[in-house]
Amino acid sequence: MFYREAGDFKTSYTEDSQTFPIKFDRYRYYAVLLVAFAVVPFVINDYWVNAVFLPFLIYSIAAIGLNILVGYCGQVSLGTGGFMAVGAYACYKLMVAFPEVSIFIHIILSGGITAAVCLLFGLPSLRIKGFYLAVATLAAQFFLVWTFNRVGWFYNYSASGQINAPERTVFGVPITGAETAPWAAYLFCLVFVVASAIIARNLTRGMAGRKWMAIRDMDIAAEIIGVNPLKAKLSAFAVSGFFVGISGALFFAVYLGAVEVGEAFGINKSFLVLFMVIIGGLGSIFGSFAGAAFLVLLPVLLKNVLVGGLGWPTDLAAHLEFMIVGGLIIMFLVLEPHGLAQLWRVAKEKLRLWPFPY
Amino acid sequence: MKTKLMTALVAAVMAAGPAMADLKIVDTSYRTGPYGANGIPFSDGYQDYFTLLNERDGGIGGEMINLVECETGYNTEKGVECYEATKGDGSLVYQPLSTGITYQLIPKVSSDKIPLHTMGYGRTSAKNGKVFEWVFNYPANYWDGASHAITHILEQNGGDISDKSIALVYHNSAYGKEPIRTLEGLAEKHGYDLTLLPVDHPGQEQKSQWLQIRRESPDYVIMWGWGVMNQVAIQEAVNIRFPMENFIGIWWSGSENDVKAAGDRANGYKALTFHNIGLNYPVYDDIQTHVVETGKAAGAGDQIGSVLYNRGMYAAMLAAEAIKTAQEIHGTAAITPEMMRDGMENLEMTEEKMAGLGLPGFGPEFKVTCENHGGNGFGAVSQWDAEAGEFKLITEYFQSDEEILGPLIEADSEAYAAENGIEMRCQ
Repeated sequence: MFYREAGDFKTSYTEDSQTFPIKFDRYRYYAVLLVAFAVVPFVINDYWVNAVFLPFLIYSIAAIGLNILVGYCGQVSLGTGGFMAVGAYACYKLMVAFPEVSIFIHIILSGGITAAVCLLFGLPSLRIKGFYLAVATLAAQFFLVWTFNRVGWFYNYSASGQINAPERTVFGVPITGAETAPWAAYLFCLVFVVASAIIARNLTRGMAGRKWMAIRDMDIAAEIIGVNPLKAKLSAFAVSGFFVGISGALFFAVYLGAVEVGEAFGINKSFLVLFMVIIGGLGSIFGSFAGAAFLVLLPVLLKNVLVGGLGWPTDLAAHLEFMIVGGLIIMFLVLEPHGLAQLWRVAKEKLRLWPFPY
Repeated sequence: MKTKLMTALVAAVMAAGPAMADLKIVDTSYRTGPYGANGIPFSDGYQDYFTLLNERDGGIGGEMINLVECETGYNTEKGVECYEATKGDGSLVYQPLSTGITYQLIPKVSSDKIPLHTMGYGRTSAKNGKVFEWVFNYPANYWDGASHAITHILEQNGGDISDKSIALVYHNSAYGKEPIRTLEGLAEKHGYDLTLLPVDHPGQEQKSQWLQIRRESPDYVIMWGWGVMNQVAIQEAVNIRFPMENFIGIWWSGSENDVKAAGDRANGYKALTFHNIGLNYPVYDDIQTHVVETGKAAGAGDQIGSVLYNRGMYAAMLAAEAIKTAQEIHGTAAITPEMMRDGMENLEMTEEKMAGLGLPGFGPEFKVTCENHGGNGFGAVSQWDAEAGEFKLITEYFQSDEEILGPLIEADSEAYAAENGIEMRCQ
């Protein structure tokens, strides 16, 4: 009944190859965008923004970035935390050095800087593959965190080694700092999320994405049919770094406001984002969102249900939370190894025939 | 799936927040993770004292205390979530027990107008009330602690330590980096050699740091550790046979959990403190009758009388006294966070007050003023007695080196004010 292509005629190639070829899906997508842009900003408060929406949106960008590298190009990376730190510190240095420039531009520039750093650490991927590459990117993670802890210039020699986001505005509306209105922070991140998703989607279904996927599926075969592995791999690292850098900059400037590199961008963050990508679905933009939602929202939900709803002790709830989330991850991966995105695809197929499956 | 999750979330939040008219106190605790061993006793003490007030006195000034606990896991993201979830309905004061979370909250509480009390941790320059209107760190701060350690070493060496070398083993975070500036300033004044040895979170791996200590054999080691890092460091010090009486921890590195694991050879380890230790206070009898025997003790109820339990109780006591002060100033029992701030800013702890509370001589006397949110910086040194299984005070309370600290605090807070466009108060 739903998701049927009957009666939805395509008369041009553009129409035929659009992201949401099915009418129902397309309208659903417009509806989600409409709600996200026109309804949510009017109803959210501090708690919803800081505990639910900002982490979800920002981790979604990071997951999209990593998905390009791991899911589309097949290069395993454990350096996401370190690359997010590059974005955060680049953003901090830019914010402090050029206070009159809009924060919007700083965030994009931090993405660019991270892309350059990521490119540099992507060079070993030309020689090593698989687990060995994972180890090389792990080294990047530790090296970057160590650098930001060690070199005073990055944190402007502050006594605590922390970086703090001063107040910066876009069109006169504060986006960073304590005076930020919830809707402003939310909309600012939402714009980046939507733009990132659209860019990533269009990159991955074009020439660049096809090259990445060719490399992922079999690099020797790809080379034989004329894909340049140097360009393909390094461009994946750069594009991935760009998105991860943007998410790191937003994470620091808009979400937390003050960051300590070891705690905020440690190895745990790399694993968290990698799990998002794996649980959400490798090689799927929707999967990045689903994975981020699963790992960010579920703990908050469980906490509210167990402590707020049932009144359990907080330590018991915290331990149970780990067990439930862990159990669900295993369950999802056993039931559907291709992640939540595949689950969604299957559901759509089923809905198409529902309620007359034969 | 997303929409379903959202509706469930809405329902959960709705169910979570019925508005209460009581005095709301939030305990942002951590009972899990690598810092849980230290977080549990503090939180138990903090909660038990408020339970005692509710059970024995019917709250404060006739208003019951509504204690809300929120687990942060010493994690800044969860800390922010906790703060946002609980800040409504007039939460009176936040005590995050984490320097990282403190840095997150300083701008937030200033804009939400809720006082923040970081007792012996947090941002040291918050002592300057002219800049930090909503942040308090009485009765002592990290820079006081650094100065206490050096003063103690000076006393042991007859006032001259120009030929001594001191190593600082610190948690590589905002918390551990706090004392470096002071120790460097004091090194200029007294002429000792300072070596810095950072330990990364969570601190289970310290072999290379202690190897370096063994090689360079500094005369003294000062430690800024927390959680599992303390136990590991003390064990490593025992392993390399470092003389324990020359090993001085900050007050967060001086609880029973930290030394017990290393056994008898940890005997003689020193730690700073800004309040007394032990069980010999009348208030414990009341806690026994009103809290423990009624089955209302927080947690497992097995932490009573430990160093960190006492500190949690001390924090709760200072908060309760500030509430009383605020009630007197404003003539109402149901105070708001703004009134609470006035109470904290006019708080005066005297010997009679503490004796009246059943805690005679428990902490130093101090008075908070508009300019000084940090007390007078008195502290003492305690030493671990492995045979008796307890820390014992070995010095009187003494003051930190205000001559060095004053200008440092002034400079750091003024830099913060300039960065954030804050106008000086108290003129």
